Amino acid sequence: MGDVIKLTTPLSDEDIMKLKAGDNVLISGVIYTGRDAAHKRMIQALERGEELPFDVKGQIIYYVGPSPARPGRPVGAAGPTTSYRMNPYAPKLIALGLKGMIGKGKMSQEVKEHCQKYKAVYFGAVGGCGALLSQRIKKAEVIAYEDLGPEAVRRLEVEDFPVIVVYDAHGGDLEEMGIKEYRIEG
Amino acid sequence: MRVIDVSEITEAVAKLCIDANYDLPSDVYQALKDAYEREKSPVGKAVLSMILENAELAKQRVAPICQDCGLAVVFLEIGQDVHFTGGSLKEAIYEGVRKGYKEGYLRKSTCHPFTRANVGDNTPPVIHYDIVPGDKVRIVVAPKGGGSENMSMVTMLKPADGLEGVIETVVNRVKEAGGNPCPPIIVGVGVGGTFERSAFLAKKALLRPVGKPNPDVELAKVEREILERINKLGIGPMGWGGTVTALAVHFEMEPVHIASLPCAININCHVARHKEIII
Repeated sequence: MGDVIKLTTPLSDEDIMKLKAGDNVLISGVIYTGRDAAHKRMIQALERGEELPFDVKGQIIYYVGPSPARPGRPVGAAGPTTSYRMNPYAPKLIALGLKGMIGKGKMSQEVKEHCQKYKAVYFGAVGGCGALLSQRIKKAEVIAYEDLGPEAVRRLEVEDFPVIVVYDAHGGDLEEMGIKEYRIEG
Repeated sequence: MRVIDVSEITEAVAKLCIDANYDLPSDVYQALKDAYEREKSPVGKAVLSMILENAELAKQRVAPICQDCGLAVVFLEIGQDVHFTGGSLKEAIYEGVRKGYKEGYLRKSTCHPFTRANVGDNTPPVIHYDIVPGDKVRIVVAPKGGGSENMSMVTMLKPADGLEGVIETVVNRVKEAGGNPCPPIIVGVGVGGTFERSAFLAKKALLRPVGKPNPDVELAKVEREILERINKLGIGPMGWGGTVTALAVHFEMEPVHIASLPCAININCHVARHKEIII
């Protein structure tokens, strides 16, 4: 594994262009959460010509629905959910200036192409590590769609949140590279 | 005849829900440790080391192992000499789930299929009852995450497809799933009875201690063969490439209809949670 790159949000085109699939990145600053239900509402809001709960320009959306916070903690377990369910929504947000998504698993070819076209990155976080990842979240606040419970949109303040670049803005794909390297024929 | 008050069931289920979500079973932890030793990819190794560290933090009650605290799947083996008093057994189990998910700060993940409105208390659980000889009650709670459940399937093969067809189906399914179900995974395969019986067998297969072979030597051989083929796919931990894609394959088989070859594949993520108690 290579060096660790530290990034602070919001992200610029320059931040994005230096990232390559397989890079280990530690993210600090503000990131936003959203899963299926929140994405659906955000896209519906856009279709009605309404504002989004936050300006996506330069931002990162983390695909997560945390468990309830224990007393004295900002958030409960908070690992990534599977990203392909956001395939119908992600391209539109990338076109509006979203710079990153954090999730797990594959996303669509369209998302990949949007990462290249609009200079964005799909980051992977380790699934099933909710307790560990929650420790990198310093503050959490629901900013929209509170009725969705775990699926509400939250504003998170993170410190050294560990991710890996899965799709970079140059067409690189960590999954493709990794599987090619370790696949045994026959 | 032995009398058991259902309030005892409520308390037991609540505790099992909480413990399952915070304490990874020792066999799963050991299998992940062995996987860490075996994994050749540095990225895969880093993932496994994080998974092991996470299990320790969850054990200290920092937070549940995973934010997806699962749909509560409850297996009940009820001794036929047991008589329940104090109310409805089913309601007592529901109450146990409500209590466990509330008091354990666990995420409630059940919702309306179409409006997606959250039920709010993680009910209803999925309950499998079995009546067995004796006067004891065995309860297993296995919270099941959505990510790996989504990668599962039931398919009705033709008898002509045979064992090779089943193996092919399982390996292809794991290949298509890639990193989605949070590998390294445990693969439950069920072949037997009807459509729903095979699905049940595949689910039950996941409860076996990780890597414990089927007592039937022929089936144990099939389990090893499928595991080997899966681990050649190169998917690796989280799908980022590697040599450990599955920790184990558990195969359960029963006779089928002469016209059918039902084949179910139930995939479990590396957070293979299950806790049990005998009352």
